[in-house]
Amino acid sequence: MPARFRLTQGGLIDRSKPVSFQFNGKVYLGFEGDTLASALIANGVHLVGRSFKYHRPRGIMSAGAEEANALIQVGEGARSDPNLRATQIELVDGLVASSQNCWPSVEFDVSIVNNFASRLLPSGFYYKTFMWPASFWMTYESAIRKAAGLGKAPEGPDPDSYDKTFAHCDVLVVGAGPSGLTAALSAGRAGARVILAEQDNALGGDLLSEADAEIQGQPALEWVEGARAELEGLENVRILTRTQCYGYFDHNFIGLMQNLTDHLPQNAKPASLPRHRLWKLRAKQVLLATGAIERPLVFSDNDRPGIMLASACRTYVNRYGVKPGKKAVIFTNNDGAYAAALDLHKAGIHVAAIVDLRSDPEGPMTEQAREAGLRILGNHAVIATAGDKRVKAVLVAPLSEDGEKVYGGGEKIDCDLVAVSGGWNPTVHLHSQSRGKIVFDDDYACFVPGTPAQESVTAGACSGNFGLGACLTQGHDAGIATAAKTGFKAKGRKRAPPKAEDRNFLPARWMWLVPGDKPLGHGGKHFVDVQNDVTAADLHLALREGYRSIEHVKRYTTTGMGTDQGKTSNVNAIGIVAGHFGCPIPNVGVTTFRPPYTPVTFGVFAGRDVGDLLDPVRKTPMHALHEHAGAAFEDVGQWKRPWYFPIAGEDMHQAVNREVKACRDSLGVMDASTLGKIDIQGKDAAEFLNRIYTNAWSQLKVGACRYGLMLGEDGMVMDDGVTSRLGENHFLMTTTTGNAAPVLGHLEEYLQTEWPELEVYLTSVTEQFATISLAGPNARNLLAELTDIDLSAEAFPFMTLREGTAAGIPARVFRISFTGDLSYEINVPASYGAALWQTVMTAGEKYGITPYGTEAMHVLRAEKGFIIVGQETDGSVTPFDLGMDWIVSKKKDFVGRRSLFRADMSKDDRKQLVGLLTDVPEQVLPEGAQLVEKVEDKPPMKMLGHVTSSYHSPNVGRSIAMALIKGGRARMGSKLYAPLADGKVVTCTVTGVVFYDKEGERTRG
Amino acid sequence: MLEINCPYCGPRFETEFSYGGEAHIERPKDSENLTDEQWGDYVFMNSNTKGVFLERWVHTSGCRRWFNVARDTVSYQILAVYETGAKPPKLDLRNDV
Ligand SMILES: [Zn+2]
Repeated sequence: MPARFRLTQGGLIDRSKPVSFQFNGKVYLGFEGDTLASALIANGVHLVGRSFKYHRPRGIMSAGAEEANALIQVGEGARSDPNLRATQIELVDGLVASSQNCWPSVEFDVSIVNNFASRLLPSGFYYKTFMWPASFWMTYESAIRKAAGLGKAPEGPDPDSYDKTFAHCDVLVVGAGPSGLTAALSAGRAGARVILAEQDNALGGDLLSEADAEIQGQPALEWVEGARAELEGLENVRILTRTQCYGYFDHNFIGLMQNLTDHLPQNAKPASLPRHRLWKLRAKQVLLATGAIERPLVFSDNDRPGIMLASACRTYVNRYGVKPGKKAVIFTNNDGAYAAALDLHKAGIHVAAIVDLRSDPEGPMTEQAREAGLRILGNHAVIATAGDKRVKAVLVAPLSEDGEKVYGGGEKIDCDLVAVSGGWNPTVHLHSQSRGKIVFDDDYACFVPGTPAQESVTAGACSGNFGLGACLTQGHDAGIATAAKTGFKAKGRKRAPPKAEDRNFLPARWMWLVPGDKPLGHGGKHFVDVQNDVTAADLHLALREGYRSIEHVKRYTTTGMGTDQGKTSNVNAIGIVAGHFGCPIPNVGVTTFRPPYTPVTFGVFAGRDVGDLLDPVRKTPMHALHEHAGAAFEDVGQWKRPWYFPIAGEDMHQAVNREVKACRDSLGVMDASTLGKIDIQGKDAAEFLNRIYTNAWSQLKVGACRYGLMLGEDGMVMDDGVTSRLGENHFLMTTTTGNAAPVLGHLEEYLQTEWPELEVYLTSVTEQFATISLAGPNARNLLAELTDIDLSAEAFPFMTLREGTAAGIPARVFRISFTGDLSYEINVPASYGAALWQTVMTAGEKYGITPYGTEAMHVLRAEKGFIIVGQETDGSVTPFDLGMDWIVSKKKDFVGRRSLFRADMSKDDRKQLVGLLTDVPEQVLPEGAQLVEKVEDKPPMKMLGHVTSSYHSPNVGRSIAMALIKGGRARMGSKLYAPLADGKVVTCTVTGVVFYDKEGERTRG
Repeated sequence: MLEINCPYCGPRFETEFSYGGEAHIERPKDSENLTDEQWGDYVFMNSNTKGVFLERWVHTSGCRRWFNVARDTVSYQILAVYETGAKPPKLDLRNDV
C-alpha cells in the first residue's frame, strides 16, 4: 500500500521499486528515487529533529543542500555519519536513520525547557559564560555539552575505504542545471577537456522540480536527457554526479567529494569501489553554474514543522510525487512563489490562502493563480503560527503602509503546510571562496558575483540570471568563451542556444523582518538561523550591545555558523542588521563564505593513508635477521631500529646491561645502516665542508676521518657526524639517523643559493650501503678473520678508513667509534648487508658476539660523554654550551660562526652541559627532570636546567647522567636537587661528562 | 594550493615544494664587521610585503633545485619564476596591491 501522502502518479521515483528503511526505530516504505526527506514526508513524518539551543520541534524546511533543520544520523556502530541532510540522503534499502540533538526522543525532549527559559540563553550566551570565572564554566560545561552537540561520532574505526585522485581539466563546470548543461555542451563541443560536477544523482538542477517547463519546444527533462546523451558521447567530457564541489582554493584548485556507494544497499556495494573519492582538481577555467537557493521570510514562530520553502514544496510534489501537506498557506513577497501554489493546487492539495506582503500582487504567476481561483491576500502578513509538532494554523493580518506594523487581531487560517518565499539568493559560495567580489543587486535584493579573482566565470541563477531562457543562453555563451580561453575555438557554424521561456520571480516587495502581533522578543520567535537557533531579537540585542561589524555580529550571535554555513540565513541577517541601522545593505557588507560548501567526510581526507599506510616504514637490509633474533624495535624517524635484543626471560634493563657489558668485555655488533650518508664530490668539496662545519677540513688526508659539528646560521648545533675523505675531491658525510634529509636540504640550500661558485655534487647514499659496527676488545680479532685489510694499529690507526673486502664483499672499513671502545664500521653494498651480518655472527660466536641495539649504544656513548643531537641539544645549544670549544675554528668563516660571538653567547649563566652523579649510586634520574639549587616546599622553584640523558651504567657500576645547567661548568662538585613529580627529591653532584676511560686508551689501542 | 612552475620540472603542486623566505638577501661576507644587530637582521628578519614579494622556493620532492618566485601576497598570483642568482624580471607593480 502506498504511503498516505504519496500522490497517485507523477514524480521521478520508480514506483516499481519499493525501498524499506528505518527512522527512529520505525520501519517505513519509500521508492527508489526518493530522498530520506521525501520518503518521510510521504509517510506523514514531519517532525525530524530538535533545534540546537531551544530543542524546539523541527521539520524538513527544504529539498536540497541548504537544509538547516533536518540533520540526521545515518547508520549504526562504526558505519555512522552525523549531520547528514535528510534532503540529500538517497533512500536505500536497509537505511537506518535517526534524529539527533534530542533526548530521550524526538517526540519527547526534556531540554525543551530551554525554549521556555530562553531569556537565560540570550545571544552571546557562550561568550558571556566564558567570561565568567573558570569555576562557573566547569559547572555549565557538562550540561551544555549534553544538551548541545550535533550528532554522535561513529563507535569504531571506519570500516569503509576512501580514495583520492588528482585530475586536470580545461573547463570545470560546477552544477548541471540548465546553464551548467549548456555550458558543458558548448565547451565540450569545442573540444575542451570538460568536467561537469553535479551534487545531485541526476542532471537537470531545478528542472527536476519543474512540472511544465519546456526547452526548444520539448519537455525540459527530455531536453536534459538529450544533453546528457550528447555529453556522454563526447570523449573529452567527464560527468561526475553525486559529487560535491566543496572548496575553491588558490590557482583554480578545486576540492570535490564524489559519493560512490552510499546510495547502494550494503550487500550491493562493489568491493572495488571506495565509499567516497576526493578529487583534487586543477582547472584552467572554472565555470560556476551553481544556481540559487530560496530565502525564507523571517516571521514569528517561522520554524514549526510543516513550514518549508515554496520551492521545496514544488520539488516534493513534482520530483518525488509526495504531498507535503493537505492544506497549504503560501506566504510570499514575490511572484515566483505562486508557481508553488499552482503546483500544490494541481496536485490536489487545498491552497487555503496566498498571503502576499506585496500591496498589489501582480505578475505572470500571480495572474495564473488568480485565474485558478486561489485566494490571494495582498498586503497581508503571517503574524503568528500555531502547532507544536506540526504547524496547524497561521494568523494573518493586513500590513501598515510602511510594513512596520500590522492591523487588527488577524484572521486564523487552519493549515498543515506553510510554503514560504522571501526571494532567491544566488549560490555565490564558491565564487566567494575563490576570493571573487560579491555585490548587492538592488532589483533582486541579493548578492551576486562581482569581479572574479581567479580564472572563473559564473552563469545562470548563480550570476543573478533567473529566467530559464537567460540561463540557457548565458551557460551556452560562457561555455564557448571559457573553452576559447583554454585554446579551443568553437568549430563550424555558430550554434544558437536552446530557447525557453524567460520568467523570473519579480515583482517583489523586500521586507527583511515581518512584524508580528507582539513586539520583537516578547513572545514568538522570529528565527533567522534555524540551525543555530538565532532570532531577529538576538541580532537586535547584539546591535544594542554595540556590535557593528557584520563579522562580529555573526560570531557573537553564531548566526550562519552551523554546518549549513548560513545558506538560508546569512542574507536575512544582513538585511535585518541594515534595517536596524536604517542603512543600505551594501553598507553592512557580507560575511565570508568558507569551505566546505557542505560537510565532507573525514575519511576522504585520510584516503588510503591509514593504518599501515599512514607513513612509510624504512627497514635496513638486516631487518629480517633482527626480527628473527627477537629484537625489540624503536622508531627513529621512519626507520625501524633494533632497540635491544632480549634473550629468554630478560627484561629491557637486563638485556641492555648485558649488551653494554659485552661491548666493553669482548665484542658487540650493531646495525648502523640507518645513519644518513651523503656522498660529496667535486673540486671544491673540502672548501664546502670548511664552510659547513665548525672545524677545518682542508688538511684532512685522503683515507682519514673527522668528527664534525654543523650549526644553523643562528649558531645553534644542528647535526653532527663523522665525515671521511675517500679521495682528493671525494668525501662521505654521515648524519644522525633522523636528520639525514634536513641536513642534505641544508647543504643544498647553501650550495645552490649562497655559494653557487663552488663545484660540489651531493648525493644521498644512505640506502646504498649497509653498515655493521663492531665494538669491543675483540673487534680487531674478528675482523682480521674476514678481511684482507691490514688492521694493525700502525697500518690502520684510529680515525682512518681503508678499502678492501670483508667476507669477500667489497667494503669500506672505518675505524671510528661512538662507543668509546675499539671499533670498526664496515660499509658494504646494501644487498650484501644480510650476508655480512650472518657471517659476522657466525665467526663471532667464539667471542660471544652480542648484537646490541640503540639503547645500549646510548648508554655506551653516555659513559664516554658523547652527545646525541636532539637529546643533549634542542635548538638552543651552542658548541660552547656543550664544552666543545675545541671543535670551533677561529681561523675561518662557517655557517653560524658570527652568531657565536653575539653578546648573549658569552653570558655566564647560559645552560652548559655537565655530568651528574646521584648521591645514591643505584638511583637513576628521570630524563627531563628539572634541577634546583634550593628545594622549596612547593613549586614554583628556581630551576637551573634539566637532565638530558640518564642511565644505569654497568661498566661504571652506577647511574650516570648528563644535564644542561645554568652556569654548569662553574658548579663542578656542587650539589643540585631534582624534585620529582611524586614529591621525592634526588640529590646529585655536578661532574664532568666523561664517566669511563677518561684517557680514551680503549678507543685508540 | 598553489601551482608552482618549477623552472626545471614544470608546473607542480605546492606540496612538492618548500618555502625559503625572502629572496635576494645575500649572506654577508664580512660578518666580522657587522654589529650584532646587523647580523641579527640578516639571520632573523624578512620583509612582510603586501603585494609583489620576491621569495625563494625549493623543489624538495622533485629536482631539489632552489629558485626564485615573484608572488603577489594579496592575490597569490605568481607573476614570475626565475633562477637563483638571476636578476628579478621587470614587473609592473602598480596595479598589484
Ligand atoms: Zn623541479
